[in-house]
Amino acid sequence: MQRKVEEVLLNHKKERSELILVLQEVQGRFGYISQEAVGQVADHLKLSQSEVFGVATFFSQFRFTKPGRHTVKVCSGTACHVRGGARVLDFVQDELKLKPGGTTQDGRFSLERIACFGCCALAPVVVIDDDVYGKITPSKLKNILGKYG
Amino acid sequence: MSPIKGINLQKIRQEADSEWKTLNQGGKPRILVGSATCGRAAGALEVLKAFKRELAERKITAVLTEVGCVGLCYLEPIVGIQKSGYPLVLYQKVSPQKVTELVEKWLQGNDPCPEYALGKIEGESLNGIPNLFELPMLASQVRIVLKNCGFIDPKKIKEYIANKGYQGLEKTLEMKPKEVIEELRRAGLRGRGGAGFPTWRKWEICRDSPANPKYLICNADEGDPGAFMNRSLIEGDPHALLEGILIAGYTIGAAQAYIYIRAEYPLAVERLELAIRQLGDYGLLGKGILGSDFSFSISIKKGAGAFVCGEETALISSIEGKRGMPRPRPPFPAVAGLWGKPTVINNVETLATLPHILRNGANWYSQYGTPTNKGTKTFALAGKVERTGLIEVPLGISLREIVYDIGGGIPNGNEFKAVQTGGPSGGCLPAAHLDLPVDYESLVEAGSIMGSGGMIVMDERTCAVDIARYFLSFTQKESCGKCVPCRVGTKRMLEILERVTQGEGDLEDLENLDTLAETVKNSSLCGLGQTAPNPVLTTLKYFRQEYEAHIVERRCPAGVCKQLIAYSIDPEKCTGCEACKKTCPVQAISGEKKGPHSINQEICTKCGNCYEICKFGAVIIQ
Repeated sequence: MQRKVEEVLLNHKKERSELILVLQEVQGRFGYISQEAVGQVADHLKLSQSEVFGVATFFSQFRFTKPGRHTVKVCSGTACHVRGGARVLDFVQDELKLKPGGTTQDGRFSLERIACFGCCALAPVVVIDDDVYGKITPSKLKNILGKYG
Repeated sequence: MSPIKGINLQKIRQEADSEWKTLNQGGKPRILVGSATCGRAAGALEVLKAFKRELAERKITAVLTEVGCVGLCYLEPIVGIQKSGYPLVLYQKVSPQKVTELVEKWLQGNDPCPEYALGKIEGESLNGIPNLFELPMLASQVRIVLKNCGFIDPKKIKEYIANKGYQGLEKTLEMKPKEVIEELRRAGLRGRGGAGFPTWRKWEICRDSPANPKYLICNADEGDPGAFMNRSLIEGDPHALLEGILIAGYTIGAAQAYIYIRAEYPLAVERLELAIRQLGDYGLLGKGILGSDFSFSISIKKGAGAFVCGEETALISSIEGKRGMPRPRPPFPAVAGLWGKPTVINNVETLATLPHILRNGANWYSQYGTPTNKGTKTFALAGKVERTGLIEVPLGISLREIVYDIGGGIPNGNEFKAVQTGGPSGGCLPAAHLDLPVDYESLVEAGSIMGSGGMIVMDERTCAVDIARYFLSFTQKESCGKCVPCRVGTKRMLEILERVTQGEGDLEDLENLDTLAETVKNSSLCGLGQTAPNPVLTTLKYFRQEYEAHIVERRCPAGVCKQLIAYSIDPEKCTGCEACKKTCPVQAISGEKKGPHSINQEICTKCGNCYEICKFGAVIIQ
């Protein structure tokens, strides 16, 4: 993995303004940002590890543990909330025995709570990997989850 | 910089015009599939696949195009078909089965399937299909910014050019920057990000700042939950934004623009990247644009998910590669912004309006709206309303016209309760304010804000206290933690609201909530903290009796707050159809088929599935 992080770094200037982009690419490649990756990014951009970590933890996009095979993203935007999104999130949490940000023990699902996907007309919305599901109810979701092995 | 002579897009425009003509009158049918993110969620890609298959199987040559969203999200997937010699007809809720019928009956036959049609665009009458823009949800809209969305291919720059694209830029480049600013002042355009600061003034301050270089930033970090105007616009018509950026860049004297866009909008990012490459190919970006001395480049910066980055100084920190935290203003970014240089930050909608103003002139633009609030504004209409979608209306229109005429009122015969504007920074306005004109000042006076355009309608089944708690939990989580009033104040307010929704509040809590809210509003560093109390203050003001019901009677009148409600089944109304029993995720419902069912309160998790599924109104909330 160390060498692969270096491959990402090679494409970037050693400037601080590249930091967030670099972190996004590292996460895009490995699914998360490991402690070693933080160190390598810091070395490349001549920043301290704490600065890099400070920026990474500030933004909700970044995660620091390995994600599951499938990521269930539950929208918690206003329209979704008004149309029962909170009940959908409660259901997923109970069903998968997970809190947002966590991964199931078998590594099958990760759960994320997203501020808003901007598909408000189809509220409530759940996105699994890249598939968007609109007008979701707990019972519909139960069937959908079964499709992801 | 002197006005640039000799730039003209004449040749490209001629090509674009003739291609557009061939496309529309060339004999081949043209099929438009609305496949923005919202359309895709409704199944647009399956519809697209069905068209490809049908056309191939029947050996029909047609031009099949993926377009953006017309804004009628509740009717997605929407498909437009233009058969040679006939007007363009839009069809609603298209499924792969309907595709087969449309191809067979209309493309191969003579039946335009009026039963599936939504409306047609201009042209002669066609089997009684109504005119699209005369339908109730569109009649009071004025589409300027959204003009092209859903009608042109967002992936083709030539379709944009053929629809008068880049004419505004051409005009701009013939003018001196000062003249452009004057035109904009006369047009009266105000910041569409929500604050309503006059755009021309911001530009003038930046242009007059002595420091160089200058920067332009497009704020596409649409962070308000419940808002999707910018996403739709970029997905449907990315060149409108880019043209606006070029106009703004030239006028303020910048050579570099950044588009700061949310990473949650992958399709919008993809469309922008392609559109920027096309601009480069046509010599409209880079060094010495079309042989002039105006050089310009545009870069995309993907946001990493922080609501506070919608605040301009926080956004700047984030582009600089730092934690996205705001700093005190002044100095304003127009004087000292990105890397300490003069920077203009404009919202997507503000920028995308510019081409229209420059092309048609200030007088044309200011005919819409009111004397102090000119022009149009887009809103994302969602929540408990029949016709959800993206709308564009002249400023000064009443909330009632939006909710009832355009939105079609509240579904299921429920009662209107409130409309929420401005997302977590705005407030909930009750029925008594339905006749309020939608303009910057009136909304602020009523305790809300214009905001970037999220508009969520609430009905009797929405709990005012729960909504306040919902928004506070959002702003509390998104508070960057730099200043104490916001960091600690939002947390304490949230704790009180949680107590109230759990039936553990007391009346003194309401006094404290009021005091806290005023303090946070008056003393926070940036807009996030200054506006975070708005949902609390407006619900306290307009729905106080609901707070009191939670506290005194330990009851949630809307039947939302879990700790204060219980589901049960009315044995009189229950038909024993077993629908609720099957849908219950925890097997809390028992009863024989055709006999009355009952809910075991000890197992019930109050998920509400049974309530949603029961067709007989037998499940009741107490």
